[in-house]
Amino acid sequence: MHAIKLLSLLPIIGILLGAIFFNQVEPIVLGMPFLLFWLVMCTVLSSPIMWIVFRFDPNRKEDELE
Amino acid sequence: MNIALFIIFAVIILSILLGIQAKKGKDMDLEQWSVGGRGFGAIFVFLLMAGEIYTTFTFLGGSGWAYGKGGPTYYIISYSAVAYIMSYFMLPKVWRYAKEKNLLSQSDYFVSKYNSPYLGVFVSLIGVVGMIPYFITQLKGLGLIVSQASYGTISPIAAIWIGAIAVTIYVMISGIHGSAWTAIVKDFLILAVVLFLGIYLPIHYYGGIGSMFEAIHAKDAQFLALPKEGQSASWFISTVFLTAFGFYMWPHTFGSSYTAKNANVFRKNAIIMPLYSLVLLFVFFVGFAAILVVPGLHGADADLALLKISIKTFDPWVIGVIGAAGVLTALVPGSLILMSSATLLSKNIFKVFKPKATDKQVAATAKYLVPVVSLVTVYFTINGGDTIVALLLMGYSLVTQLFPAFLFSLLKNNFVTKYGAFAGMATGVATVAYVTITENSVGTLLPFLPQIIKDLNVGVIALIINLFFLVVVSLITPRKDKSHLQGN
Repeated sequence: MHAIKLLSLLPIIGILLGAIFFNQVEPIVLGMPFLLFWLVMCTVLSSPIMWIVFRFDPNRKEDELE
Repeated sequence: MNIALFIIFAVIILSILLGIQAKKGKDMDLEQWSVGGRGFGAIFVFLLMAGEIYTTFTFLGGSGWAYGKGGPTYYIISYSAVAYIMSYFMLPKVWRYAKEKNLLSQSDYFVSKYNSPYLGVFVSLIGVVGMIPYFITQLKGLGLIVSQASYGTISPIAAIWIGAIAVTIYVMISGIHGSAWTAIVKDFLILAVVLFLGIYLPIHYYGGIGSMFEAIHAKDAQFLALPKEGQSASWFISTVFLTAFGFYMWPHTFGSSYTAKNANVFRKNAIIMPLYSLVLLFVFFVGFAAILVVPGLHGADADLALLKISIKTFDPWVIGVIGAAGVLTALVPGSLILMSSATLLSKNIFKVFKPKATDKQVAATAKYLVPVVSLVTVYFTINGGDTIVALLLMGYSLVTQLFPAFLFSLLKNNFVTKYGAFAGMATGVATVAYVTITENSVGTLLPFLPQIIKDLNVGVIALIINLFFLVVVSLITPRKDKSHLQGN
């Protein structure tokens, strides 16, 4: 297991912690209740995180050629 | 016929024509018909998979939940994020194995990994039984959309028949090529409609999204968070994981991963999909906006929230465009479900019991099963009750029972035997059936436990029982054949 792949756990941990510790409506951030905002943020961040994982994925090159 | 219905029917006919067009010049053996000859690039697979995810469930069910339940609705955004992250690691392995072994369906995968055609029969049965409630939700949604858009002139039952006939025709003619092309039309339309409604309605009625949430919060201080009991944080977390595990276990979703050209298609999709999934947010906004504008929709009627607020706000031609988008969100997944069920029944059940059947006969059987599956589903749609989300959750719990045996099959040294896989799935499915029929929850089954455990999604119990039998039976049964252990 390539260590950088562990990065992909971050959004998942974020979602777990959010449901436990940020189960609240206020403050409203970007127009959204706080819990919703937090979960949306985890989803948005998973995109660049997976991009980084992909950048350093050792299987990436060989699979492109198939 | 009013202008709304005219637009809806024009879109249905256009999508059938696109399906016929897509088929031209291609020799349709079973591989072409069901996995598109494994030649789809990133964009096509993306659209196909997005097409499966943005279904009537998200369109009507998602807004209905936001309207009726509030905070717990957020689980929909979170489980898809978790599922996409998992897909990055799972799908390239599935795809490579499928290509190497020339697999066509999800059951083929289990047959090959566990070296047991009868396990394949069982997996197919679970898949088909799980997909029928899913297809029912699509047809129910279709019925609601067309009958609402007709302002009462077409009954929901007539609308269900129209939808079922349309989807059957285009699946029979064009197979997965039709699905992919309609998915493109659908994605543009649904994106435009959902963004427009999700932004316009809160501004029109409340002056903005933030002030909409403040107005709802002022009326009910708990509604926009998770409740302390029932659909609480532990319900939320267990549901997010269960649904994420089940996400790719649907036979049609699993099967459409075979359509890709190479393994990187999935890795790239895992980067884009989370952003695309945020379109759901705007679906929720529509449901939230409806709370104070069209109050009083209870139970299953909450699924009407999006349509009711639209009808109250817009001219009939706008309803036509919204309705057309909604109809496509039912047709695209509906066509994939039909095709997957037919392929499973034919290749993984019919062929096992009639091994001498030629490939041509298997392909023909698959095609003729399409209208049969349609008819069965129409029957249950018209005669069954329940809301869209409840039905879908039951199907989800069923297909999730395939996950443990699937997960272990990805390991290099899989200790699970075919007997273990079978025992796990059988006990898991039996538990889901028992719990669904008796309408139990963890709290009613085990009333002595603390609230935090009582609130767990009841599917967790089925999965634990599944895992227990899978491990125990695998340890006491022999592994006769080593060849199936070579994963990758």
